[in-house]
Amino acid sequence: MSLNNLLAQRKTAIIKNWFTLAVETYPPDTASFLKKQKDPFANPVGRTVSLGLEGLFNELLKEMDYEIITSFLDPIIRIRAIQNFSPAHAVSFIFLLKKVIRENIKKEALEEQLFNELLLFESKIDQLVMIAFNLYMQCKEKIYDLKANEMRNSTYKAFKRAGLVRDWPVDEPDIKPNINE
Amino acid sequence: MKELPNPDEFLSKIDHKPSPTGWMDTPVEIRRGIACHAAKPDRLEYVGFPNPRDWSCFDEDWQLPENWQEILHKGFKERLDRFRSVKIFMDICVRCGACADKCHFFIGSGDPKNMPVVRAELLRSVYRNDFTTAGKILGLFGKKAKKAYGARELTLDVLKEWWYYFFQCTECRRCSVFCPYGIDTAEITIFGRELLNLIGLNIDWVAAPVAFCYRTGNHLGIQPHAYKDMMDFFTDEIEEVCGIRVKPHFMKKKADILFITPSGDVFADPGTFTCMGYMMLFHFLQEKYGLEITWSTYASEGGNFGFFTSHEMMKRLNAKMYAEAKRLGVKWILGGECGHMWRVVHQYMDTMNGPADFLEEPVNPITGTKFENARSTKMVHICEFVADLIKHGKLDLDPSRNDHLKVTFHDSCNPARGMGLLEEPRYVIKNVCNHFYEMPANTIREQTFCCGSGAGLNAGENMELRMQGALPRLNAVKYVHEKHGVNMLSCVCAIDRAAFPTALEYWLPEVDNCGVHELVANALILPGEKKRTVDLRNEPLPGMEDEDDE
Amino acid sequence: MNISYMYSLIAVIVLFLLAYVGAMLPGGEVFFGIIIPYLALIIFILGFINRIIDWARSPVPFRIPTTCGQEKSLPWIKPNSIDNPTTTGGVIIRMFLEVVFFRSLFRNTKMALKEGDKLSYEWEKWLWLFSLAFHWTFFVVLFRHLRFFTEPVPALVEVVAKLDGFLQIGLPELRISGVVLLGALIFLFLRRIYIPQMRFISLASDYFPLFLIIGIAFTGILMRYFTKVDIVGVKEFTMSLATFKPHITQGIGSIFYVHLFFVSVLLAYFPFSKLMHLGGIFMSPTRNMVNNNRFKRHINPWNYPVEVHTYEQYEDEFREKMVGVGLPVVKPLAAKTPEEAKEPEEKE
Repeated sequence: MSLNNLLAQRKTAIIKNWFTLAVETYPPDTASFLKKQKDPFANPVGRTVSLGLEGLFNELLKEMDYEIITSFLDPIIRIRAIQNFSPAHAVSFIFLLKKVIRENIKKEALEEQLFNELLLFESKIDQLVMIAFNLYMQCKEKIYDLKANEMRNSTYKAFKRAGLVRDWPVDEPDIKPNINE
Repeated sequence: MKELPNPDEFLSKIDHKPSPTGWMDTPVEIRRGIACHAAKPDRLEYVGFPNPRDWSCFDEDWQLPENWQEILHKGFKERLDRFRSVKIFMDICVRCGACADKCHFFIGSGDPKNMPVVRAELLRSVYRNDFTTAGKILGLFGKKAKKAYGARELTLDVLKEWWYYFFQCTECRRCSVFCPYGIDTAEITIFGRELLNLIGLNIDWVAAPVAFCYRTGNHLGIQPHAYKDMMDFFTDEIEEVCGIRVKPHFMKKKADILFITPSGDVFADPGTFTCMGYMMLFHFLQEKYGLEITWSTYASEGGNFGFFTSHEMMKRLNAKMYAEAKRLGVKWILGGECGHMWRVVHQYMDTMNGPADFLEEPVNPITGTKFENARSTKMVHICEFVADLIKHGKLDLDPSRNDHLKVTFHDSCNPARGMGLLEEPRYVIKNVCNHFYEMPANTIREQTFCCGSGAGLNAGENMELRMQGALPRLNAVKYVHEKHGVNMLSCVCAIDRAAFPTALEYWLPEVDNCGVHELVANALILPGEKKRTVDLRNEPLPGMEDEDDE
Repeated sequence: MNISYMYSLIAVIVLFLLAYVGAMLPGGEVFFGIIIPYLALIIFILGFINRIIDWARSPVPFRIPTTCGQEKSLPWIKPNSIDNPTTTGGVIIRMFLEVVFFRSLFRNTKMALKEGDKLSYEWEKWLWLFSLAFHWTFFVVLFRHLRFFTEPVPALVEVVAKLDGFLQIGLPELRISGVVLLGALIFLFLRRIYIPQMRFISLASDYFPLFLIIGIAFTGILMRYFTKVDIVGVKEFTMSLATFKPHITQGIGSIFYVHLFFVSVLLAYFPFSKLMHLGGIFMSPTRNMVNNNRFKRHINPWNYPVEVHTYEQYEDEFREKMVGVGLPVVKPLAAKTPEEAKEPEEKE
């Protein structure tokens, strides 16, 4: 049996394990909530991760369409980019798939000489990480952009439309609205 | 395969992972992106608050007064004697965990200390140590015994934890809905922040609006001439859209009604469109029914960041509403769309600054409806007012002018859980829009999710926190967006209108945000207006332009 | 090992041994049978009253109900008179549903997306169910115990006892309440141990009452079904306590004294612990207040005057700018004198 077939066969178990490991990157109290709470509105993080991992795994078995991968990977990264993770930790959950697969197909890999295929598959996972890293940076850049421009986008824009921009900040040097912060 | 490195193990070495033991053993780590900038000294000086100084929460030394523990202990005791709510909430929590997963910050951040029960335990642990007999007795047996009881001393680390987590709560009260004893984390946070303010610990995004509002009448520090200029500009814009020149009244003595709304709507998009909506509505009512509604630059702020500071500061800022109504000699006050403003107006204003015996019991002079529910406070919500007008057929509306919008409605926390304003805005929206879709039931009405930026947390530097907080709300919006093609998230809160555009840009850029009265004004047919080809945002109305070409 | 529950478990075991051994010592029966129970009862009553008075001493400065439904506003909008009560009657119903049926816990409606977009409701109310089971059966058990303290036994107590044993299994017949009580307690305990979130927030003072009540239920069941305690002797003794003519009945056995001791500890512990939620729930301002805020003024007893920024101060600062854009002012520009610009701040 080829590796792909084997993985397809064990899809449910692999995704489940992957999901478990992925949410265990959170503190244990949180992880249990993420695993248990099935309500998609009460638990958007758990839901997004579970949907995303499934979609990603399906795509790994196929041709790795960049668009499709992004559509599943982006929502997960978008969440992790604003949570209390270091950049490495934020994308780390993808590597965990290697661990899951190695453990899951250990026996067959030895018996049926699947190492070549496994190496290939793992480099697909590496590609996933590279995409994730791009997405992570995009999210962070977006956050910095929002931080820098929020005031400009709302207040400043309104003032500019009204032609009032110069009237305002220079007027009172002692108490200045926190437009620059 | 054993020798392959396990990424998870490796990462746990470089990343701090909270220990699985009790929360008290997990020291606070103040993070950038989550914490807000500290209040600048001039803000505190202006309103006479203690310990003004330049400091940062990332400093080791917070430059506290030497006897800060004593000040807090005394302040804690004083407040226990003043507020039964907190006293009871300190004693009766059984830690059943019903609230744990109800907080938008917990859901979005995954930080277990954002579980409402833990937020309250931050205070309770010190309460047990300082104010309960058991805490004192167990204290004799050492730290371990105290810890098992959940008591601990107020150390600098505990204080930092207070500061960090009381500024990660938007006082939205969602947890209080699910608590079997009604324990309200908003009360806990209000209490905690009031204590922090005793030693000069506030965030600038709260302290600055407070100082501005005290001085200029509004949070943004806009002086009267700029306020007027901005309104003049709206007048031009409105004329461009519908060919009518509205004439808003300012501080007009003996006007029928004084109108107060958050200043955010006058100075920041997309609230500005809601503000234009008010102006058009008032113009309509004046032209058609002779109703005079006046604005004021002195009382130009509906919101009240004093509420996020201390009860006293809330009262000091709120006093302007009644004072201005009295000075102008109006009959009653009409309040614009705002969240915490309405919590203050509904649940605090009359008690703090009433009785408003110089005003009349509010009656809608156009329909004759008595607003019996506002007969003491004498302040009516604009959605109550407009719903009444629509019900009596007093507005000329063309809802098809909102046909390019598929609208959903976000219940703002305070009107929902501190008032019960649920049906009025929905009634208004359904009458001015043809396409309205509700979000899932456990994310609206009394179970609504916060925008994630309330209670003064709408700063820029804590963007990650705000995005965490907005996730549950926008996740539900995403659902109706994908299911029904919803492209407009309407709301009745100025903080929402400041928070959502940013949060949507990150989470769901396909959806926009507006106030309910922007939708009203889009549909409202002003007497003598020209044919509208654009909406208030100057965006072409589909279908309308074609006819124009003919 | 989790110290919070180990501490509690050890405490309850120590209490058990104390009473078990103590009752066998000379004078032990008097001490554990008469002195301790009376003392505990006094502590309970005084402590409970004291706590309520202590709470009541702090005023409720603001009317802050958590509204969970439509307000009463326009006549044609139907208000939710229970979840957003505007009358005392509404509050009573709200409190009744809260106290008797734990309504807020029941509110946990959970939904799940199944097969893509289909919304379905999931029944996830274990906390509600088991806390309700615990509180109700505990109440029934307490109520049944009235037969030990009354003579003749009120008919209602007999009826409840009969209903409680309707299964008619075993001899003496199995009382369902006791079994459900023990089951619910064990569930509530396991929940705290096995859900990491719960373990994270649980304190020793959360485990201790659980163990203590488990101990009470356990010793009760032990006496009734296994050691078959001398009921007549017990009743004679408990009646002597109830009529304040206490005397020891010989030969009741140590387990009884453990049972009684546990109950005494629970009573004495009660006023100083979270168990006071029994009293507190009735005084919780977010639940027991009427949402009539805007039509009936609430008085804050400590409302004090505050410093405000008056209109006059405001106009003095901005008069020129106001006049410049045509905003109405009270005092014309010319009337402005230098002193007014820095006039002392008024106190109300």
